[in-house]
Amino acid sequence: MTEKYNMPDARGHFGPYGGTFVAETLIPPIQELNSAYHKYLQDPEFLSELDADLKYYVGRPSPLYYAERWSRELGGAQIYLKREDLNHTGSHKINNTVGQALLAKRMGKTRIIAETGAGQHGVATATVAARLGLECVVYMGAVDVARQSLNVYRMKLLGATVVAVESGSKTLKDALNEALRDWVTNVDNTFYIIGTVAGPHPYPAMVRDFQAIIGRETKQQCQELTGQIPDALVACVGGGSNAIGLFYPFIDDPSVRLIGVEAAGDGVATGRHSAPLCAGRPGVLHGNRTYLMADDDGEIIETHSISAGLDYPGVGPEHAWLKDTGRAEYVNITDNEALEGFYALTRMEGIIPALESSHAMAHTIRLAPTMRKDQIIVVNLSGRGDKDMQTMAKREGIEL
Amino acid sequence: MSRLAATFERLAQSGRKALIPFVTAGDPYPDFTLPLMHAMVKAGANVIELGAPFSDPMADGPVIQRASERALAHKMSLSRTLAIAAEFRKTDQITPVVVMGYLNPIEAMGYEGFANAAQRADIDGVLTVDLPPEEGEQCAALLKERGIDTIFLLAPNSSSDRIEKMAAIGSGYLYYVSLKGVTGAGHLDAGDVETKLKQIKSITTLPVGIGFGVKDAETAKTVSSLGDGVVVGSALISKIESNQDNPERAQEEIIGLLSSMRQAMDS
Repeated sequence: MTEKYNMPDARGHFGPYGGTFVAETLIPPIQELNSAYHKYLQDPEFLSELDADLKYYVGRPSPLYYAERWSRELGGAQIYLKREDLNHTGSHKINNTVGQALLAKRMGKTRIIAETGAGQHGVATATVAARLGLECVVYMGAVDVARQSLNVYRMKLLGATVVAVESGSKTLKDALNEALRDWVTNVDNTFYIIGTVAGPHPYPAMVRDFQAIIGRETKQQCQELTGQIPDALVACVGGGSNAIGLFYPFIDDPSVRLIGVEAAGDGVATGRHSAPLCAGRPGVLHGNRTYLMADDDGEIIETHSISAGLDYPGVGPEHAWLKDTGRAEYVNITDNEALEGFYALTRMEGIIPALESSHAMAHTIRLAPTMRKDQIIVVNLSGRGDKDMQTMAKREGIEL
Repeated sequence: MSRLAATFERLAQSGRKALIPFVTAGDPYPDFTLPLMHAMVKAGANVIELGAPFSDPMADGPVIQRASERALAHKMSLSRTLAIAAEFRKTDQITPVVVMGYLNPIEAMGYEGFANAAQRADIDGVLTVDLPPEEGEQCAALLKERGIDTIFLLAPNSSSDRIEKMAAIGSGYLYYVSLKGVTGAGHLDAGDVETKLKQIKSITTLPVGIGFGVKDAETAKTVSSLGDGVVVGSALISKIESNQDNPERAQEEIIGLLSSMRQAMDS
């Protein structure tokens, strides 16, 4: 790669992916957001306020932790964990909500809406809305409301209204549909904080830019700790925000393997999964062209994953582009394999990972032994597992 | 001249406005739609917007969402929607049919494959809710080559620049979304619509159909006086929803509502 990576183009296209596929009423607010995003991401005052929030409110930089015992046990590459689970609210999601909320404030918006799957983005949004005194409405599929009740309670405590979405498959995609319907109705005073690198332009680029702090810190911390940059980066991919945040600053470093881990649910062969990059096809949903889980007629099909945060039929358009160009690799991990990752990290390192992040851990178990001992893997520990205690206890037949 | 252009010209000559019903193909079951289309024409419809159901209709309110769900439960699809339009055309060569839906089913067919299928079905226009002109030029060009109009949406917050853009790429008519919101929502404000229509009319000579929030004969009459046509969707589909155990009555009620709108618009 000789030319510097410079995606997307001015119209938000990553090759054939991305773009702006929305109904007309949303075009003006998207244009307004796009100009605010371009203006403030160059604005020193905005950037210093963002930096201060990330440092004092979120708790950045998050540590890069050497998982010594786990590395020794697996007997291959040395494994480092990027500890996004230690951020305020317990996941990487707050990096983005802090940024978008500052934008909303500068744009004079008084009302925040968001969609959420596992509830991590919803909590991170409700948190920043509470801090800025903004009205907050979070859309969440009714199925997810049931399986992530702890996060629902957290959002309510923070003053947000949580709307259980009963349409379609009652999961993340339906929450997104409903948030878009809210936005189209309340465009004048409402800022829509999308939680992942999907949606119409500029969301995929903007959310990536707010999450790229993960990769920038990783690059510097890895140099400091080991004197080199990593050989491989591993991150789970639902919409793909924690993965792109880690990958992006390394795209122009060809020696670094970028590995995204999709959720294979019951197994890709069963059709009951959430792995559009591994087993989907290009199409258009939620404002952008990307890989999707759809049938021959173009209808979106239901997804399956043990982790609500990965239970989404699409994926960020930049991942689609990185896949097609071969710059990143995408693999998949089943529910059962993810549980291996969950238990391994818990028992080996005393860190309970979120079920989403457990997919990245599970792939690391497979990858590390194939690499040399002087090589380095950085795994994004995108969230902590507290929110999944009920799901896990239920699987183990324990009533809490 | 396209069927749409001819229809609007004929109506303009007689000082009448277009009545444009929207129904979702295959709701509540596939065989319901074709006889309904013919009956709607008899009741005074001038153009039919035939909805191709989609799993994730982001711009639609709950009434049309549920219509999509009912149709999809019967395996309705974009190609079967076109098949219904083709059947309709066999016995009605005059009334234009516009297929309205979302982009992903078209992507699945491929733009060229879709354009060819649309031509074979002899439909007259395509309105794709989530395909704005920025992204839609290729599809619009393929349809134009085949004599099919591309209808774009205009919203209350559309700038003059955008109205010009739609007028340049779009043909047949422009669909003015009378309120910020989803289909079937709230009540439209006739004063706001009047102001916006003046702006649109100062930019383009294309006919303008007005929709979203048209619920009864009275609103149909008010709105029709402001533009060239009235689109009514959710109010009709509600009749299907409330009579699922009695499809004959659903059709009677739809025809009753459309007739009252026609009468009010012509009086």
